[in-house]
Amino acid sequence: MLLFPAFLIVVVVVLIPLIMTFADSLKHYNLLDMSGGTPFVGLQNYAKLLSDPGFWGSLGRTLHFTILSLVIEFILGVAIAMLLHAKFHGQWLLRGLIVIPWAIPTIVNGAMWRWIYNPSYGALNNFLVWLHLTKTYHQWLGSPATAMNMVVIADAWKMIPLVAMLVLAALQLIPEDVYEAVAVDGAGRIRSFFSITLPYLKNVILVVLVIRTIDAIKVFDIIYAMTGGGPANSTMPVAYYAYDATFNQLFISRGAAAAYLIAMLTLIFTIVYSRLLKTEEESK
Amino acid sequence: MIVESRASRTMWSTVKYVFALIVVFCTAAPFLWLIISSLEPTQDLYSVPVVIRLRDFSFSRYAQIFQSSDPNSPAYVFRHAMGNSIEIAIVVTVVCLIVGFFAAYAFARLNFRFKRSLLFSFLFTYMVPSISLVMPLYIIFSRAGMLDSKFTLMLVYSSFVLPYTVWVLQGYLVSVPGELEEAARVDGCTYFGAIIRVIVPVVIPAIIATAVFALLLAWDEFLYALILTSTIHAQTISVTIASFVGKNVADFGMIATGGVLAALPPTIFALLFQRFIVGGMTAGSVKG
Amino acid sequence: MKMKKLTTILSAGAGLSLVVAGCGQPIPTNNTTPATNQTVTLNSLFMQQAGYSQQNIEDMTKAFEKFHPNIKVNLTFVPYESLHDKIVTALATGGAGYDTVLTDTIWGPEFSKAGFLMNITKDIPASVNSDAYQAALNTVSYNGQYFGLPWIMDTKYFYYNQHMLQQAGITSQPTTWNQVMSDAKILKQKGIVKYPLDWSWSQNEALVCDYAALVADFGGQIVNSNGKLVVNQGGAMQALNFMVNSLKDGLSNPASTQSVEDDVRKVMSQGQAAFMLNWTYAYALENDKTQSKVAGQVDVEPLPGTSTVPYPAPSVNGAMGLAIAQNTKYPVQALEYIDYLSSRQVEEKYAALSLPFYKSSLKKQTVINTEPAMVKAASVQFNDMINRPSVVKYQTLSQILQVQIQKALLGQESPQQAMNNAVSQWNSQQNQ
Repeated sequence: MLLFPAFLIVVVVVLIPLIMTFADSLKHYNLLDMSGGTPFVGLQNYAKLLSDPGFWGSLGRTLHFTILSLVIEFILGVAIAMLLHAKFHGQWLLRGLIVIPWAIPTIVNGAMWRWIYNPSYGALNNFLVWLHLTKTYHQWLGSPATAMNMVVIADAWKMIPLVAMLVLAALQLIPEDVYEAVAVDGAGRIRSFFSITLPYLKNVILVVLVIRTIDAIKVFDIIYAMTGGGPANSTMPVAYYAYDATFNQLFISRGAAAAYLIAMLTLIFTIVYSRLLKTEEESK
Repeated sequence: MIVESRASRTMWSTVKYVFALIVVFCTAAPFLWLIISSLEPTQDLYSVPVVIRLRDFSFSRYAQIFQSSDPNSPAYVFRHAMGNSIEIAIVVTVVCLIVGFFAAYAFARLNFRFKRSLLFSFLFTYMVPSISLVMPLYIIFSRAGMLDSKFTLMLVYSSFVLPYTVWVLQGYLVSVPGELEEAARVDGCTYFGAIIRVIVPVVIPAIIATAVFALLLAWDEFLYALILTSTIHAQTISVTIASFVGKNVADFGMIATGGVLAALPPTIFALLFQRFIVGGMTAGSVKG
Repeated sequence: MKMKKLTTILSAGAGLSLVVAGCGQPIPTNNTTPATNQTVTLNSLFMQQAGYSQQNIEDMTKAFEKFHPNIKVNLTFVPYESLHDKIVTALATGGAGYDTVLTDTIWGPEFSKAGFLMNITKDIPASVNSDAYQAALNTVSYNGQYFGLPWIMDTKYFYYNQHMLQQAGITSQPTTWNQVMSDAKILKQKGIVKYPLDWSWSQNEALVCDYAALVADFGGQIVNSNGKLVVNQGGAMQALNFMVNSLKDGLSNPASTQSVEDDVRKVMSQGQAAFMLNWTYAYALENDKTQSKVAGQVDVEPLPGTSTVPYPAPSVNGAMGLAIAQNTKYPVQALEYIDYLSSRQVEEKYAALSLPFYKSSLKKQTVINTEPAMVKAASVQFNDMINRPSVVKYQTLSQILQVQIQKALLGQESPQQAMNNAVSQWNSQQNQ
């Protein structure tokens, strides 16, 4: 009874569409080629997808986005959490400020960074020239070598605060006395970070890792707002590939198959997540 | 306390403050730039190198958004989209908190078969990418004549906000001892009375933290709104801002103004309840 | 305790999904029209744009509703970028989405093949047949069948900053692309402008528009008469080499590869470009003092040519048409509506923002007076427009071209290699 309303929404809005997408992915369903109707073709769409270098390219870019995002978000997220946990003057300011990027909608964030990166009038080029770090204006989003990295920076700017807040929450759970025990040994700050703090953070880091990985696999909005997949496809991740197959090329079954593979990837990570939590519970 | 030399302490202190300054700058500068861009006259926006002339700043674009009565102007569309987003986000947040709370309570207190698997299937629905659902959803809602409606978006948003609220709240409820309700029931409270009078006050920090997350999730959503809406009836702020960056119309001053306004409600909300967020996380997703 | 309920819900859900999946095919409606005294509401899809403004379209519609008190029209405006998505999602699912849609010239074959649009070949008014520019007719026909009426007439023109040319001592405007390059070198050397040329070469349809125009100007073809992609040879290769070299020589703004038309328009307004290709709308904005630093300096001309294709050389067909959804319930009313919008009187009345597609209209003094220089350039260029390839999988082809052209422009691949790849990718797509 208590679960009924929740289940109803989930079944109607998630389960049924998920089944429909799966059904579509097993047909040959191309709106530009409906002469033969939409015959059942088994796993052919998946086979075609896995032999398409374009698909693998987009998967590789998703991987690029995911790994780089995670590395940046973790290093800075943990560092900022440590900073927020330590005591210093003006800490209230930073604690308040850090929430802002996280609250900014993704589309606004994308539009904002696109404006900052603008090759002709952008603030970043202006700022770097003013600091004498560079003489010429750079094509931040115009060069395949840098475009994806610049998108990652924009996305990380928004998500680092979330990681920092989660890690901070875990830091506050570490009892003070464990540090005192080490103080007797005279362990240095860096050593105490690696020998005490980090082990305590293991669980939160694993959890955040999985959640952020899943978010990164699904990345779409910020690409839509910043680059549309260009230049030369260098920022086209796999979710954008699925969108493009469905809505631009009208190859519904191919888009469905690609979307389903992404859903499977997230399922795998959800299972990993559930295992992580289970072992954590058992270790308690 | 950690025993260390004065030199080392000074060094760490310096590192701390320098790092804090860098973080403050990097956090504030991009958003400040957006605000500046929304206030600058158009010709200054496109001048090279950057000029910032405070005396030329004006709130005219904001005034335009709040006053425009011409239904064809971007400002008017924007104001409506803002209203839609506020309405949708609030309804979704409230409904998901109430429905989610009871579901979470069931998960935390009752024992039934496949509880754990059900809980994780909930979590999975939160993680399903919207790209794999949007086409069938379009078909379903188009058949039902429910396209371009706020109610439809509320329903769809609930499908990913709800699993989130259930997940976090059950994590918190598990940590609340069951004796509390039993005591209340002994004192003559009904089953629901016990939940509302005893449990809700205890978990209020977690509810607030969850509300902030839920509101942000609903406010941030883009792809469903892009595909399932088409007019100012139901269009949300994200879609409107994306549409500002169109083929022939790329007035960055207006995009910046819209961006600042779109960021304002969630930012205020998050700042207001900022102290609950970290606490709520401690109880919810972090502990699992 | 809850499992039983859950199973019921799940099976009910599965049943429902079968029902929904079962009616995946649109049900063809016959041309039955309800009694005429009944009020009918049409849903029409347009785009937010700088040609006809939303206000214009609302005014046109109000006038139409006055003549037809039994027809109401609901207007929806979306940005160009989501117009294709909206049409596809609405029409592909067979639902009651839109009765009339605005369709771009490049989507004709695709939408015809997908069966989205109603065949109105027998309903084309005689005035359209005899008086419309060929490019306008091409926009709404495929294999000799008409699926719509022309409405917006547009093409990319050659804009140049007269004042800058004078400063550099150049007395006449360039009429070949070679002259454009040599003038650009002079402008750069004299320090008048850092990057004399700016283009809309981001990964976007805009890139294919510029490319298609240049390919035609260099006497090349994108798709030959046998339907084969031939971008890796002849004039098409010369055009791409021209593009790549203009970037290499620092004559084209490197920001071109991430710009769309409006970015380019702004750069020129800031006095940071001497030459550009752009649509009709740019002329008024370049010469508007509140929007532009170079107001009064920018002139518009048909495209320059080459030794093989002399000035005035062809430009790209950027026309758009109005079409009726295949499964509309009100085909008669929908046709009346698009007939009215594309009529000569409406096209001429709103000529200030978008020029009419009727040949005779461009000769009328009222139309010429709206913007004499623009009309002069248009009446030449409208006769000389090429279509982007008329293929069903145009979106796929366009995307392959966008990516491969960008690879050449960004120096990731040599132009020849990039175009060879484009051809082999397209050929392998065809076999799927």
